[in-house]
Amino acid sequence: MTAREIANAVRAGERSAVEILDEHLRRIAEREPEIHAFNLVTEDHARATAAAVDAAVAAGQDPGPLAGVPVAIKDNLCTRGIPTTCSSKILDGWRPPYDATVVTRLAAAGAVAVGKTNLDEFAMGSSTENSAFGPTRNPHDTTRVPGGSSGGSAAAVAAGFTPISLGSDTGGSIRQPAALCGVVGVKPTYGLVSRFGLIAFGSSLDQVGPFATTVADAALVCEVIGGHDAGDSTSLPQAFPAVSEHLDDGVSGLRVGIVTEMMGEGIAPEVAAQVRAAADALAAAGATVEEVSVPAVTYGLSSYYLVAPAEASSNLARYDGVRFGQRVEAATTGEMMTATRTAGFGDEVKRRIMLGTFVLSAGYYDAFYGTALKVRTLIRRDFDAAYEKFDVLLSPTSPTTAFAFGDKTADPLAMYLNDVCTIPTNLAGHAAMSVPFGVGADGLPIGVQILAPALGEVPMFRAAAVLEAAAGGAK
Amino acid sequence: MTERITTDDVTKVARLARLELSNEELEVFTGQLAGILAHADDIAALDLTDVEPMARPVPLVNVFRADVPGEPLDRDEVMASAPAPEDGQFRVPQILGDEA
Repeated sequence: MTAREIANAVRAGERSAVEILDEHLRRIAEREPEIHAFNLVTEDHARATAAAVDAAVAAGQDPGPLAGVPVAIKDNLCTRGIPTTCSSKILDGWRPPYDATVVTRLAAAGAVAVGKTNLDEFAMGSSTENSAFGPTRNPHDTTRVPGGSSGGSAAAVAAGFTPISLGSDTGGSIRQPAALCGVVGVKPTYGLVSRFGLIAFGSSLDQVGPFATTVADAALVCEVIGGHDAGDSTSLPQAFPAVSEHLDDGVSGLRVGIVTEMMGEGIAPEVAAQVRAAADALAAAGATVEEVSVPAVTYGLSSYYLVAPAEASSNLARYDGVRFGQRVEAATTGEMMTATRTAGFGDEVKRRIMLGTFVLSAGYYDAFYGTALKVRTLIRRDFDAAYEKFDVLLSPTSPTTAFAFGDKTADPLAMYLNDVCTIPTNLAGHAAMSVPFGVGADGLPIGVQILAPALGEVPMFRAAAVLEAAAGGAK
Repeated sequence: MTERITTDDVTKVARLARLELSNEELEVFTGQLAGILAHADDIAALDLTDVEPMARPVPLVNVFRADVPGEPLDRDEVMASAPAPEDGQFRVPQILGDEA
């Protein structure tokens, strides 16, 4: 059942939220040992929430648009009293004293949180192999990675553990695992979804968004979690665009551009072929499709791997063994902090902290960080030029289908290249989403990315709905 | 920006970031960081003279909330998750005399 079907049935009193929860917990019990989507399943908490939803329905109240819908939460979103680890040893055992705004809004809409999902440590990675608690496996082929960093949330939805989940996307961490796991994943416009309670990685890039099996479910979750929040100073003063009411609008007259720079070198031919097939499907539905050059996106990776580590090095300075999480005792406070951070962080996190510290240090700041910020302007400028002629853009989400464990762990740069098509959107602060469209020669899902300008969610979801229908028809 | 990072640079950066590296880690990380920085040679070659830097997607503006007291975090709940709470405070080892 989709989230919408569950909520409709629960609100109408046809199904109980507890019964729905039990069905999903059974699926988790069967396959979770093999998949490892979760760092923690909060069964008792979920059961109490579901019972409260049922009680509300029995009392004639409406629990909300996600009534009784089981949801999985990425383990970098704070949940009050429930361990929140970022898949890092340094936060092991920490229980946040507050909920992230998105968690509060899901609960207020009647959703039933069932657990915290695995991720690359502090959301740094593209395969979930950087988790301190072991990798998540791709439900379509357990010898392959689920993508990352929100690999647990993508796998939970792909395995049917929950119909929807939340992830965070700093450089592709929702869209790339969505593509590799064959589900829908949305990175909303920067500022549309509150970051309050999202444990910070790259503050000018981070954005929370949903995974779902359908475009309509993803739209619904966006509308529930989005909108202004006084707790986030970068929150835009408006509601999430009303995307649900436009899902049946079609794409007649929509102007669609295929990003030339994202279709060539480094992209598997079978993936590029699916993007062209998706473009054909949009054209058949009445859109106009052309190729468009967005030259500066080719510099996205270089800019991102200076900006994101710079912000991370600052954000992760707070893990010092004093206020939360783990501590390694030592004779002095300085030694305690060094011992705690050395033992608590994994290699990828250390790599990015050191890189960020380096590019922000005296003598290198202008050359590296300053240059990267100027390139951000170029990327946004080139996107803006493209969006004068096009409503949405198309590209691959990930250059390949899901790869094998260990394939890219030896060379950090090889891993970073997974995000070459997703990173430019975060640098620009724009919106993008991944929709499953066909499979590769290995039988694994391929995702097509729909990119939109800031607040371009309505045309983006219109195109997504048409692609979803076309992909279903092709099977 | 063509200068590459050396083991001396990485030693310094690790100290600033409060990370301790073994000699072997120092070699490996230096090589990897040099590789990532080398990738940025493409943007170092651009003429960016008249380009403004973009630090964030949304311009910074002062944000004020209504001057109404909110609900503060529960102190016991906060302290319960601290590594070494003591009398509602965070206990740390000796600070005076620290090399830092």
